[in-house]
Amino acid sequence: MKKEHKHVKSNKKYGMVIDLDKCTGCGACMVSCMAENNVPFKADESNKLDSITWMRVYKLTNDKPYPDTEICYLPRPCQHCEGQHEGHSPCVSVCPATATDYSMETGIVSQIYTRCFGCRYCMAACPYHARYFNWWDPVWPEGMEESLNPDVSVRMRGIVEKCSFCFHRYQRAMEKAHFEDRHELEENEYQTACTQACPSGAITFGDLNNESHAVYKLKKNPNAFRLLERLGTNPKIYYVSSREWVRLAGDNYRPDEKMTAKHKPAKHAPAKQH
Amino acid sequence: MDSALIPKGVKRCSIGQFALFMGFFGAIALWGVYAMLLCWLKGLNQTNMNDYYGFALWIWADLAVIALGGGAFFSGFLKYIVGKDELKNIINYAVLIGFICYSSALLILAIDIGQPLRGWFIFWHANVHSMLTEVAFCLSCYFGVLTIEYIPLILENRQADKVPFFHKLSHNMHENMAIFAATGAFLSFFHQGSLGGVSGVLFGRPFGYREGLFIWPWTFFLYTWSAAAYGPCFTVLVTKITEKVTGKKLVKDNVIELLLKISGWMLFTYIIAKIIDTWYWASVTAPAAGFSLIDFYSNNPFYGIWILLLEIVIGGIVPALILITEKGRKNKFAMALAIILAVIGVCINRWVMVLQVMAVPVMTFDSWVMYFPSWQEIATTILPVAYGVLLIGISYRYLPIFPQEIELNPIEEDTVADKDAEGDVVVGENLVEATEEG
Repeated sequence: MKKEHKHVKSNKKYGMVIDLDKCTGCGACMVSCMAENNVPFKADESNKLDSITWMRVYKLTNDKPYPDTEICYLPRPCQHCEGQHEGHSPCVSVCPATATDYSMETGIVSQIYTRCFGCRYCMAACPYHARYFNWWDPVWPEGMEESLNPDVSVRMRGIVEKCSFCFHRYQRAMEKAHFEDRHELEENEYQTACTQACPSGAITFGDLNNESHAVYKLKKNPNAFRLLERLGTNPKIYYVSSREWVRLAGDNYRPDEKMTAKHKPAKHAPAKQH
Repeated sequence: MDSALIPKGVKRCSIGQFALFMGFFGAIALWGVYAMLLCWLKGLNQTNMNDYYGFALWIWADLAVIALGGGAFFSGFLKYIVGKDELKNIINYAVLIGFICYSSALLILAIDIGQPLRGWFIFWHANVHSMLTEVAFCLSCYFGVLTIEYIPLILENRQADKVPFFHKLSHNMHENMAIFAATGAFLSFFHQGSLGGVSGVLFGRPFGYREGLFIWPWTFFLYTWSAAAYGPCFTVLVTKITEKVTGKKLVKDNVIELLLKISGWMLFTYIIAKIIDTWYWASVTAPAAGFSLIDFYSNNPFYGIWILLLEIVIGGIVPALILITEKGRKNKFAMALAIILAVIGVCINRWVMVLQVMAVPVMTFDSWVMYFPSWQEIATTILPVAYGVLLIGISYRYLPIFPQEIELNPIEEDTVADKDAEGDVVVGENLVEATEEG
């Protein structure tokens, strides 16, 4: 199976550009993600350290007193890292059972639920905390099983899961395209649930390598940045913000580096989930 | 009652005392087994691990026992490959301690994975690029080697040895032990290293990440080195505890001193390498990711710079300096202090390379997260300790673990004869056999 992947010639690299100036922190992306992907939840979701949110919205502050206080909401899906050479994502390279894979066809980092045995090494490797463990078996409120998405398998206790860029939507779109004797997808044929749910249009999704896709141009915005670029994770989620402190919050800088920056990033500010 | 099973020429406590000892540690082990069953039946929600602490107490325990069990492979390497023959007097015990440590590590791993029934996937769907795959393969193979090394010891039990097949098997296994010791040393160099690589390759985690040589981060080499350095200290520590508990001298001082001398120099060179590694990481690797050293040791309620000093100075430099001097090794208090500090030092090293790696926030808007294990995690971590004590208790009572015990603790012939007469063994038969062998 892996060999087949290596032979696939495709220049597609799906990714996102999230305009943080547009994000209001409403959480619609989180809700739509959970509904679309059958993400389980607990009766009491107050402990965010063991609840599953493939898409998580962080609240950032510039740590300045009123009236200079500013906040920014930052949606964080899996960053689908490419690493320094294609497929060398922090998580993919460490999984001992090849239960997470980097698709050479789409650039999407997948999670094979039936193969994962729950060692959680991938979670230890991910600096974005984008990977979640199923500490419990999923329990749905009575009747809710009827409304689960039939295209997405539910996960059992003891395995890791994460954002898949709604891969089932890609599969469905590709099936349709093949049926119509096409090999390429239109931009709007494959969109993630969070992209479509965002009321302010902050999230744009598409093929980062395709000049006709909006993300191709948006990622070149001078205000675009990626999270923790200095680590060499090479993520496929781009963020855009006109505010310098937000851009600086995207990565770590030493004090001597901060001297050159006009504004200090909000380093180690308490993270809050909206 | 069980005197027929007790090696000849040695004295053991009464069966009642022994039963009490085993009962006490057996009860602790049962508590651990109960917690283990809870984890297997109800899942890892029984722990205090969370999505920030995917690796926690168990992985630390795993790494720590494997480092401490390193005395087995390194003593074997010294005896069979380097030719330090005096170490034959402690090698049995080193093998037993190694066997306990490695079987415990495998048990802990089996509890730690979310889907234990899929544990074999690590072999079946192996990702050759993962350090954990290398760990699983080498660990399992080395456990096999340790079992092979432990079997002849079991066969030397007084009753088992009477069976000609077992006697010959044990003899032949001893004859070929150098091959197994060499295999064990080879496997250990790899799996100790790959355990170091587990955190060293995490380029997304600046606290654990290290540069290195080809595919191996520096932690790969440091872990092997430290296991060889600290492992023998643990072997000696357990030997000394056993001597204290039994009230007997079991290994001659020259053997202990030789092992500690080698261990001391390994420790001394290791700690120099560790200091260079820490300096390079703090001044080059971490700053390249935007971190200063103090970022890893501030803004949190627990991890201060003290832990780095405790690991390197108190748990590294101090024991190394004590053990490389003859005066230090010969002074009972200094030696005991050195081996205790060394054991603490290596445990702290494994702790920070697992727990602190998880605790340090990487995203600027993230925060430090602290963790305290649940009672189920604590009980399952104590389980291997209790199991180790039980196995040592049984092995010490029924197997000739310490070749120098008889010489160091001579007992009057009458006592032996009386003891044997109580059992179901004919003393005369044993004497004839002994004469024939002699």
